[in-house]
Amino acid sequence: MARTNRNLAATAASTVAATAARTVVSTVALTAALISVSTVALAVCAAAPAAAQISDNVVKVGVLTDMTGAYSDLAGPGSVIAAQMAAEDFGGKVLGKPIVIISADHQNKADVASGVARKWFDEQQVDAIADLVSSSTALAVMPVAAEKKRITLLSGPGSTPIAGDKCTPYNVHYTYNTYAMAAGTGRAVVNQGGKTWFFITADYVFGKSLEADTSKVVLASGGKILGGVKAPFPTTDFSSYLLQAQGSGAQIIGLANAGADTINSIKQANEFGLTKKQNLAGLLVFLSDVHSLGLATAKGMYLTTAFYWDRDDASRKWSKRFFERQHKMPTMVQAGVYSELMHYFAAIKAAGTDDADKVMAKMREMPVNDFFAKNGRIGADGLHRHDMYLAQVKSPEQSKYPWDYYKIIRTIPAAEAFEAPDPACPLVKK
Amino acid sequence: MIQVLSGQLLIGLINGSFYALLSLGLAIIFGLLNVVNFAHGAQYMLGAFAAWMALHYWGVGYWWALILAPLAVGLFGLVFERLCLRRLQRLDPLYGLLLTFGLALVLEGLFQNAYGISGNSYPVPAALEGGTNLGFMYLPRYRAWVVLVSMTVCFTSWFVIEKTRLGAYLRAGTENPALLQAFGVNVPLMFSLTYGYGVALAAFAGVMAAPIYQVTPLMGSGVIMVVFAVVVIGGMGSIVGSIVTGLGLGLVEGLTKFLYPPASDVVVFVVMAIVLLLRPAGLFGRQR
Repeated sequence: MARTNRNLAATAASTVAATAARTVVSTVALTAALISVSTVALAVCAAAPAAAQISDNVVKVGVLTDMTGAYSDLAGPGSVIAAQMAAEDFGGKVLGKPIVIISADHQNKADVASGVARKWFDEQQVDAIADLVSSSTALAVMPVAAEKKRITLLSGPGSTPIAGDKCTPYNVHYTYNTYAMAAGTGRAVVNQGGKTWFFITADYVFGKSLEADTSKVVLASGGKILGGVKAPFPTTDFSSYLLQAQGSGAQIIGLANAGADTINSIKQANEFGLTKKQNLAGLLVFLSDVHSLGLATAKGMYLTTAFYWDRDDASRKWSKRFFERQHKMPTMVQAGVYSELMHYFAAIKAAGTDDADKVMAKMREMPVNDFFAKNGRIGADGLHRHDMYLAQVKSPEQSKYPWDYYKIIRTIPAAEAFEAPDPACPLVKK
Repeated sequence: MIQVLSGQLLIGLINGSFYALLSLGLAIIFGLLNVVNFAHGAQYMLGAFAAWMALHYWGVGYWWALILAPLAVGLFGLVFERLCLRRLQRLDPLYGLLLTFGLALVLEGLFQNAYGISGNSYPVPAALEGGTNLGFMYLPRYRAWVVLVSMTVCFTSWFVIEKTRLGAYLRAGTENPALLQAFGVNVPLMFSLTYGYGVALAAFAGVMAAPIYQVTPLMGSGVIMVVFAVVVIGGMGSIVGSIVTGLGLGLVEGLTKFLYPPASDVVVFVVMAIVLLLRPAGLFGRQR
């Protein structure tokens, strides 16, 4: 008996090893990539200095994301597809050198993420790492990249310290942060009369950051915080926490969580009849969450988003191309990966080099203008400030065709959506 | 305070009845076949998905799913026992554990590939919608139904195994299969049916869970660890142990979620460690 128990423990431990990060390599310009560093290539480089500016004769981007876990629907394989589309749309080459996209699963574990990043930088000549969904993995990889002078292009994570006291000179925080979510949804809800709040918070960096940012906005708009509870991540049964929220008597229950946690908490809040007297505010809700919840459960909910596929012609056009490959409409994180990489490649082209310092300078200098953002600007702190959108989930009757989920209520201008640069970031001029 | 506490205890009882239902199947399988069925979580997931597929593709509702899904998944378990698990019978239990663990990974992988991580929503059946205000909390009708049904199934299983002639055969098979076979009982068939029944119980729990939790490919992998802890605390293979411990741990977990939420993930394992230190065979287990 004792042996069986010991074996159980041993097997459980070995599963961690068994599912260790798998690296999938996909080559965009396969033939070109096969040209390795040879004496011939070196000779050519010596003759043409412009071409010599691309290190290792390849621009290699690693998409490090959650391929199978809680965030794999909102980022994951869709982020990899978005990155491949960006490489193809840029022509597969920048400054005459091939663009190569590789990807790996960080399993939402900070140590796995920094381990893969080190390997990519040291052994595989990766120039930039994209996505890094889940803030703890982003915060683990950013210092590694800064130390090696490589660039991190964050689309998935949301913590505000990324562009605050944890900022690095080689980081771009592209798609959204928790403040933008909080400001958009929090302010709208308070203005509509939701004055008293109770939080159900995912107990890790991101959840706490989301709660703190929302509290700030709620208090500033004249609301009141009655309490909150921190639920371990991940949680499937929220009934205990919902009961506490119900007991608080707050008008609004703020869900400071993401992915499967948000889905289960919304579903069970309906079941426990919370939604009759109290209202839910999903502080970070993705299109993929609404899709799997179904409109009958999610209808009427307010949310803030950086991107909605059906917003205008340009976003529709790109999203339909994405849909052909992934058979799902893109989330804002996936659209962000495409947009940030197009910007990165354009910056390399403009700088005439893939040198991280020069590329970062160009990325900050050039505005972002595409289907994702209009007049977006990347600040000294690395935060990409752009317009955000306040949306409301449609009811099943309002939805006319597949994926017709959101009604855009208002455009939140960049200056209102994002905070002024945080002086806690040493890169911000005081 | 008392009001809030009674609410939390009731919720603990509801979750505990899920644990009891799942650990019962595990205990039955381990007791008779000596197999540590690591695929139990995946089979629970299969049950939930079977219900969802039945509704989504063929318009078959909850009540039929409650019967058909466990039958279908139980049949799958039976075939799996016949074709694979049986070959490992004479080997160390570790081999069975590895095989079932592998099966779980394959099943979860296949479903994740087909349905993604966020999964699908399954509606609460119309007859069980709504709920009652108990004064100290709002009890959804569906949750009350879950407690009722789980208790009934658990008690019936216990009764059959401990008090009937069929149960006597099963218990004899646990003690000495060779001798039982010598008396003319078809032991291999009994083994297959028992595994099938254990798997069907997991699938049944899955159907019960579908309207409450999102139906996702990984819904079983989270719950399986806790359920194993329940079985170990109760005493591997003990039917009464698994039922009582399931309910008890649901309560302990519910209280922790109220008193100190950050510990609610580990409290079950702390209890397991203490029990193993004091009673290595578990609370209701017999020392072998």
